[in-house]
Amino acid sequence: MELIVQGIVKAFHLLISLDPEVIGITWLSLKISGTATFISLFIGVSIGVAVALNDFFGKRLAISIINTGMGLPPVVVGLFVTIMIWRSGPFGFLEILYTPTAMIIAQAIIATPIVMGISLAAIQNLPPNLRLQILSLGASRLQMVWVLIKESRLPLLAAVMAGFGGVISEIGASIMVGGNIKGYSRVLTTATVMETGKGNFDLAIALGVILLILAFTINFILTQIQQRQQSR
Amino acid sequence: MKQSPLLSVENLVVKRGKFTVLNVNELKVFPGRTLALIGPNGAGKSTLLLTLAGLLPIESGRLYFQARQVNSSSDLAMLRRNVAVVFQEPLLLNMTVEKNIAVGLKFRNLSSAEIKKSVDEALAYFGIEHLAKRAAKTLSGGESKRVSLARAFAIKPKIIFLDEAFNSLDPPTREAIIDDLQNILEKTKITAVLALHDREETLRLAQDVVVMSEGKIIQQGATAQVFQQPVNEYIASFVGTEVILEGVVKTSKEGLMEIAVNGQVIEAVGEFKEGQKVCCCLRPENITVSKTIPGKISARNVFEARVIKAVRQAYFYKLTLDCGFTLSAYITLPSFDELNIREGSMLVVSFKATAVHVIKR
Amino acid sequence: MKIFRNSRLIMLLVAAVLLAFCAPNADAAGKKPELKNVILATTTSTQDSGLLDVLIPIFEKKTGYFVKTIAVGSGQAMAMGKKGEADVMLVHSPEAEMEFVKEGFGVNRRLVMHNDFIIVGPGADPAKIKGMKSAADALKKIAAANALFISRGDNSGTHAKEKILWKQAEITPAGQKWYQETGLGMGQTLNVASEKNGYTLADRGTYLALKKNLALDILVEGDAILLNIYHVMEVNNAKWPKVNAAGAKAFADFMVSKDTQEIIRTFGVDKFGSPLFFPDAGKKVEDLGK
Repeated sequence: MELIVQGIVKAFHLLISLDPEVIGITWLSLKISGTATFISLFIGVSIGVAVALNDFFGKRLAISIINTGMGLPPVVVGLFVTIMIWRSGPFGFLEILYTPTAMIIAQAIIATPIVMGISLAAIQNLPPNLRLQILSLGASRLQMVWVLIKESRLPLLAAVMAGFGGVISEIGASIMVGGNIKGYSRVLTTATVMETGKGNFDLAIALGVILLILAFTINFILTQIQQRQQSR
Repeated sequence: MKQSPLLSVENLVVKRGKFTVLNVNELKVFPGRTLALIGPNGAGKSTLLLTLAGLLPIESGRLYFQARQVNSSSDLAMLRRNVAVVFQEPLLLNMTVEKNIAVGLKFRNLSSAEIKKSVDEALAYFGIEHLAKRAAKTLSGGESKRVSLARAFAIKPKIIFLDEAFNSLDPPTREAIIDDLQNILEKTKITAVLALHDREETLRLAQDVVVMSEGKIIQQGATAQVFQQPVNEYIASFVGTEVILEGVVKTSKEGLMEIAVNGQVIEAVGEFKEGQKVCCCLRPENITVSKTIPGKISARNVFEARVIKAVRQAYFYKLTLDCGFTLSAYITLPSFDELNIREGSMLVVSFKATAVHVIKR
Repeated sequence: MKIFRNSRLIMLLVAAVLLAFCAPNADAAGKKPELKNVILATTTSTQDSGLLDVLIPIFEKKTGYFVKTIAVGSGQAMAMGKKGEADVMLVHSPEAEMEFVKEGFGVNRRLVMHNDFIIVGPGADPAKIKGMKSAADALKKIAAANALFISRGDNSGTHAKEKILWKQAEITPAGQKWYQETGLGMGQTLNVASEKNGYTLADRGTYLALKKNLALDILVEGDAILLNIYHVMEVNNAKWPKVNAAGAKAFADFMVSKDTQEIIRTFGVDKFGSPLFFPDAGKKVEDLGK
């Protein structure tokens, strides 16, 4: 127990003294996971909405696959991405193994099905005639889709938070494709595991606390947007 | 009906998956008039309505809007921009009433001044100015329905479609909203197509009616005419076994009205205003037939009539009588014989003012 | 909250900021050699010692290369080298290394430094091995006493050494109840041994670094077989053309250079009182430890 307290104290100490290595790691975590979440937002929402609104052969199967994707083990994703981008892999010529770019790719792959699945459910949850009602008021298809997305703001933002939560705390894929290289691809989660492995528990807990603070701050902002009331 | 139709279909077939849900040979919607689609559940009223509004794809057949065929998806989009649909559920968005009403207007490139003007107009039409800034999700059923209607009227559509729009309202609310709608339709002369369930609403609102069953049209024409001469039992039971006479209120005093029908005057109870167009509905079983004019009798309505037709129906006779307007009456077999009735006989019919059910038209 | 009224604007702003910064800043300053990245495969214990954190920046500044230190278990490091996914290796599993060179995967294998392994265990020492001179005999006694032994079990250099000792002691510990494999790094394995009052084989450096948190004492040390010897090898770019041969050679040369060897000699003294490594470049393996 006192180890945890020590850890919390150390966390604040590191933050307040603006320890450059810790600040760097924190900023990198935010950049990588933020970018990955952003990518997953675009791909996830657009495909999720498209699947929800259109009837096609194999729709049920597609939805099952998306829902399964929500539970993709991150380590498995990391392994596949590694095999794709290492020197002997099909994308080896890009030379992106052990770079933050590879981490963004892996995290985007992990987050996208989550955002996709929840967006899909959010749109399907709207009243079935709403789509026709909007079209009948003279909307183009694109205008209609935008109105439906705005109507689903609550669950869609939950989807973004779920996607972000999934990747900011992700470790397996990040360490595999990033390499945990000091000052370059080391993020809060990979640093925490490394310090734990070295036995520096207080530092590990401190890093964990900082990760929680970071996640909370982002989610607080997103929740404000989500819960914004329309009435006055 | 000399005007050309605003919307018409030929040999329209609509499918859902493998099933043919709609098979309509011919239908015309004329400008400035209200058309009702009636029929049992599953007859295809909503499907037809949504297809006419450009919201459902056509399997085969042709749809014409303003005499031009609606072919491609851009034609359909153009059709949709000229119409508005109100569904049974209000389907309001999570925003204020004002913003909801402006939704349709925002899809078109209008200035915010023009939008505000149309929104204010629509709010006034339905008497909901006081709700302008309320959140749509906090409204009652009747208020939501008004907002939904206002939203549709705000875009000034050429045709407005209402799909069983009054079903989920309680009677007083329904009455008030139908009143407002009637006024607006009269004032703006907007063409309307309504899918309806209720006989009274049909009589009140629609000049023309189309009766559907199993995806096909089984009868269409002017409302009064279809109601008076239903071609099958469903329509007959929808209509009721009443006689329906169109007329205008001449005088109205102390709960008793004189209604002019085809040159004759019928007295009925009620308190409509003079000049109000109405339908008088009478049940044949409430009509008494006699050979001579009865002496002092409480029935206010006594007319001479000639028997046009006499049809035997199991336990009674159904007589069709002409007293300046056409009536049906039922009399028992013994009475038929005792009065020596046959086609061409001159009789006297009488019925009470309280037996006349008057509906606004 | 009025500031969030234009939430769309805010999200766009955040996105723009992120995208502006998301391009990974991999630039090492100064002269830039043609193939900038050098992938160094090494072990977790080497990285955990902190030696590389000191040496690598010096190398990068001097040569302009950007070293990507990938610290994994020895087994994985070897596998990376065999697939040409690394350019240079700094490992400490001599048998595996020699096999590696024999099969043509590695060239220029050069001795860099050594430290040693120790057998640590609970102060109570139930197997009574304290002070023994032969590591293999100590293990025999642990087996005989059915005393708890924690192994890394991860094909690391430490694990490889441990397996050699068991072989020498002619004991097969696998499957026995008192033998537990963690699959974890050295630091964590020491923690497990400390928690469970078990024996384990550790490198002196990691043990010293964690000593204050551990309830383990040094029980056996000094046996020649316990030497932990580090070599640097360049991955053979004849086998894998994509390997950065120039970068690998530069790093390997750096590791055996006089200045670097001097840094190695004094590394850890101020923190732990004794150095963590002993520089050996140029020496013969047989001469070590004497």
